[in-house]
Amino acid sequence: MARAGSGSLPRYILQRILLVIPMIWVILTLVFVVLRVAPGDPVSAALGGKLNPQALEQRRQALGFNRPLIAQYWDYLSSVMHLDFGTTFSDNQPVLRVIRDNGGATLSLTLSAFVIALVVGIPLGLVAGRYRDSVSDVVIRLFGIISYAAPIFFVGFLLQVYVAEPLGLPTSGDASPITIFEVKPRTHILLFDVFLSGNGTAIEDVLKHLLLPAVTLGLLICGVFIRLVRVNMLMTMQADYVEAAEARGIQRGKVTWRHAFRNALVPVITVVGLQFALLLGGAVLTETTFNWPGLGQKLVFYINNRDYGAVQGIVTVFAIAVVLISVLVDIINALIDPRVRF
Amino acid sequence: MRGIFRTLARPFTETAGLARWMLVAGVILTGFFVVCAVFAPWVAPYGFAQSSAHGVQFPKLGHPSSDHWFGTDRLFFDVLSRVIWGARTALEVVILSIFVCVVLGVPLGIVSGFYGGWLDRILVLVMDALYAFPSFLLAIVFSFLLTNLLGGTVLAVSLSLSVIYIPQYFRVVRNTTLSAKEATYVEAARAIGASDFAIMRRYLFGNVIQSVPVLGTLNAADAILTLAGLGFLGLGIQSTDAAEWGHDLNRALADAGGGVWWTGLYPGLAIVLLVTGLTLVGEGLNETLNPTLRRRRLLPVIMPPRESATPQHEEPS
Repeated sequence: MARAGSGSLPRYILQRILLVIPMIWVILTLVFVVLRVAPGDPVSAALGGKLNPQALEQRRQALGFNRPLIAQYWDYLSSVMHLDFGTTFSDNQPVLRVIRDNGGATLSLTLSAFVIALVVGIPLGLVAGRYRDSVSDVVIRLFGIISYAAPIFFVGFLLQVYVAEPLGLPTSGDASPITIFEVKPRTHILLFDVFLSGNGTAIEDVLKHLLLPAVTLGLLICGVFIRLVRVNMLMTMQADYVEAAEARGIQRGKVTWRHAFRNALVPVITVVGLQFALLLGGAVLTETTFNWPGLGQKLVFYINNRDYGAVQGIVTVFAIAVVLISVLVDIINALIDPRVRF
Repeated sequence: MRGIFRTLARPFTETAGLARWMLVAGVILTGFFVVCAVFAPWVAPYGFAQSSAHGVQFPKLGHPSSDHWFGTDRLFFDVLSRVIWGARTALEVVILSIFVCVVLGVPLGIVSGFYGGWLDRILVLVMDALYAFPSFLLAIVFSFLLTNLLGGTVLAVSLSLSVIYIPQYFRVVRNTTLSAKEATYVEAARAIGASDFAIMRRYLFGNVIQSVPVLGTLNAADAILTLAGLGFLGLGIQSTDAAEWGHDLNRALADAGGGVWWTGLYPGLAIVLLVTGLTLVGEGLNETLNPTLRRRRLLPVIMPPRESATPQHEEPS
């Protein structure tokens, strides 16, 4: 990528997109290998004891588990290319439907957490980096470390015991049954649907349910942002152009704001995009803590049921989403910062 | 002997002010938990799966009292004992998984960086794919697989943690190898007829291994969080086999509605303190070893006329 003269933007984007294909292929292969080298047969693992041997054999045939592994591998790859992620074994649903029904909840949770993390994390990181070794730096850094060190389910536990009880906030689910009943599913993302419906009490209900899970997940990512922004700020504050600006007698506040802040934020964008992976992992724990009806909770449910089909399908979707987002971030980054392209 | 002490003490002697205090605080916190882990049978008042003593059953969800400082949980277990034994489980898992990472990741990185070619390309592709994958999901998938194979044991969980950290060791080691193998001393070694293996073992290994401690401490912090996360989801170690903080928190969550705070607070605090301690050590080491962040201790040079003119001691780097 560092070849001289390859600095054009379209070329970079094309290169980046072409790199996605082997990446996704490797990930799909890994998922397949990992889930198939397990001893025992997936169908009886998921359904053993629920069906008689004959019915089990039928299901095994229908799902193609009697065929050679290489044929199964080929089937898996080609069906993923047609955006078919298979069916779950335990309750026999298409994985795509599981994703449609539960993906919305995960999306609204992760997005809100992301916004909270940005709004809290970036200003704190900037302040800590600007006033290095001051009291505020120490406090903010400690906050950053502790919010990263505190496991999601512990923060969730504390919020449930010390915040939800006194304030009367709900700690389970993404809305009360009446709201789910009243709001028409248009986008299958409850957060958007409820705003589209314009129903005031329903909006309040959904936001109340969202508050604690989003704060819990947001705090985790926030710690990462604080560290990152702080380190970048430290580096830009030492840069020659900042010194030069100071030497020219520009006011300190102005130097910080116009010369240092902005440049400190450029590398942050890349890493912000990479936090999506962390966010997804965190979502699994947050959803389990708050009984949030998202994909993560569903994944844990299927894992406990030993449902290989569902696990394989959901993990595949997660993996593809992460790879695509990382490409998107790279492209956005290249648009913003010309240095990346070369 | 003195040389070893000097190397060990370098992070302390070369840092100043805040960085030094953070390092000291981190070492103390981590040391505390290591002591708890090593001496768990003597420190803990009861066993981790003990529900009665001297023929007397412990109370269920008993408040903290003089008999049970941290109370008891819904399985009649003593919370303090489980917190202390939990330190041992955490330490075992972390040491085992980082050992596996170093044993596999470092040689792979050296070989891949040294030889290059198709082997290098394939390894980089696989490692990048593993690295791009959300690490916690990877840990879930691997522990799903490994606990099926090996049962809910320390070994199964440690191996699934190793899988998510190996790519980091591989990357760092491979990149260091790439730059180190161009050095003149490697060329010299080759000129006097050293074999590939000798070059890797005697010249590259020592160079490359230096980046491992920082990575190791930061991974240790992350590993404890991941271990607890797996335990929380019920994918980790079974609670009768060993005390595990994450799994205890999962059971505590059910009590949260009833105003029972002690079953969750103490294991949670243990995780936060240990992870904070390890992170502080990692960051402290990073600030000493990473030249872009390093700020050496300023020697007290007294220059009265300049003192008032420069309120802030910005050291040129």
